[in-house]
Amino acid sequence: MNKSPLSVRIAAPIGLFVVVAILWHLMVDWFKIPPVLLPKPLKVLEAIWEQRTQLLSGAWVTFQAAALGLAVSTLIGSFVAILFSQSSWIRTALYPYVIFLQTVPIVAIAPLLIVWSGAQFRTVVLVSCIISIFPIISNVTSGLLSIDQNHLDLFRMQGASRWQTLVKLRIPSAVRSLVQGLRISCGLSVIGAIVGELFVGNSGTSDGLGAMMNAMQANLKTAQLIGAIMACTLLGIVLFLAIEALNRWALRRWTIDTGFESDR
Amino acid sequence: MAPTAIECQALEVVFANRGNKQTILDGLDLTVPAGQIVTLLGPSGCGKSTLLRVVAGLTKPTSGSLCIEGKSVRENQHKLAFVFQESALLPWRSVYQNVRLPWEIRKAPAGFDLDSEIQNVLELVGFKPNDWNKKPHQLSGGMKMRASIARALITKPDILLLDEPFAALDDMLRSKLNDLLLKIVEQTHTTMLFVTHNIAEAIYLSHSIAVFSQGKIGERIDVDLPTPRQASVRSTPEFAAMYGRVSESLARNASA
Repeated sequence: MNKSPLSVRIAAPIGLFVVVAILWHLMVDWFKIPPVLLPKPLKVLEAIWEQRTQLLSGAWVTFQAAALGLAVSTLIGSFVAILFSQSSWIRTALYPYVIFLQTVPIVAIAPLLIVWSGAQFRTVVLVSCIISIFPIISNVTSGLLSIDQNHLDLFRMQGASRWQTLVKLRIPSAVRSLVQGLRISCGLSVIGAIVGELFVGNSGTSDGLGAMMNAMQANLKTAQLIGAIMACTLLGIVLFLAIEALNRWALRRWTIDTGFESDR
Repeated sequence: MAPTAIECQALEVVFANRGNKQTILDGLDLTVPAGQIVTLLGPSGCGKSTLLRVVAGLTKPTSGSLCIEGKSVRENQHKLAFVFQESALLPWRSVYQNVRLPWEIRKAPAGFDLDSEIQNVLELVGFKPNDWNKKPHQLSGGMKMRASIARALITKPDILLLDEPFAALDDMLRSKLNDLLLKIVEQTHTTMLFVTHNIAEAIYLSHSIAVFSQGKIGERIDVDLPTPRQASVRSTPEFAAMYGRVSESLARNASA
């Protein structure tokens, strides 16, 4: 995709960042923007450094919620997809509700979830799970169903049972689709966790980034708030990179036929 | 007279597509004696692959009867093996694991030494031990096809059904694999029903060629060239004469 040497690929975005930071700094001076609205970049850096331990522990809490939410949505989503793959009847009956899950604005039902499940970590995981489950269900279902006809015939000719076809053919074939779904869902799970925390607020002893941001906003600690937003972004990137590593592993193990012709 | 491996009588396959009825097989009769290689020859889309799928029990005939070694396909499907046009190997499994697959699905008979059977069959098709653990994407087209044939042979089928297995391979490779098939038949006495649109391949491999015509067998041509076939037979006048006869029949039946 990108053919530039590694040094350029690293230097270019960093250079751009520095330029933007300098412009930002000058603009705040130039237009006399009050720090409550937009603090200078150095102030933000300072704020990040000062509250580094809180940010790290907050990020860790949010990461746990997102990762747990993603894990649960992967398990439940895959299970639902397997059910879907086994009967078109189940698929037809349930699919509209899965679409509902995708279209319902999670921000709207988060308060309801808090009423049901309480203002606690569990609810944050639940929000993260609900928001990240749809790509898993739809990708895995399509992976389980779009099986090479020759492979299906091969299994039929051996008299394979439905279970054998599922375990030895459909599930391995769907691994790549699952990883594709995870790539989308991992970002959603972080969003879900933060939205959940924004609603749940600081109820527990250890607060996630969302809860911290709630408090910072209330106290007009804008520099800290921007620092927390950056921590959120970083968190999303870390999770995405983890999924990418998983993706590369899956591609290596599950490579499709490239079909070159010459015999040795 | 050899016993009959495959017996088709008045087979009819009609596909209905949105009210359009399309007759693929139209009262087809075919007999394949045990231990022989019979080739189904015809232009693309004439129904030869459909016939193969019917014999394999993968497509239900609309009417007519089909016997595999005197019984229904359902009863004797385990005696058949299918080699697909593409190798159809499972990409996440190694060659060895792909060949092993049929016996992971079926129940192996008591005392069946699966590992040594796999080794034998991989050696038979020309796999060196250091290639056994390769994944399909690491193999060339020819090696994939060899692995696919090995997977078909591992169940010791009485009848091997091959659907244009070498269509995507170059001529050199095709004739190498033709020789491999002849070697397999000699060693295992497997009956083969082989679909191709390559006339030279059909003549070289078969005891008998069934030329398709309008969903039926238009002509059955016995190939009276000496067996076991040697590669040199391809340059004999008899082979050339046979080639002329088959291609003439093919042209006649295609336009009939």
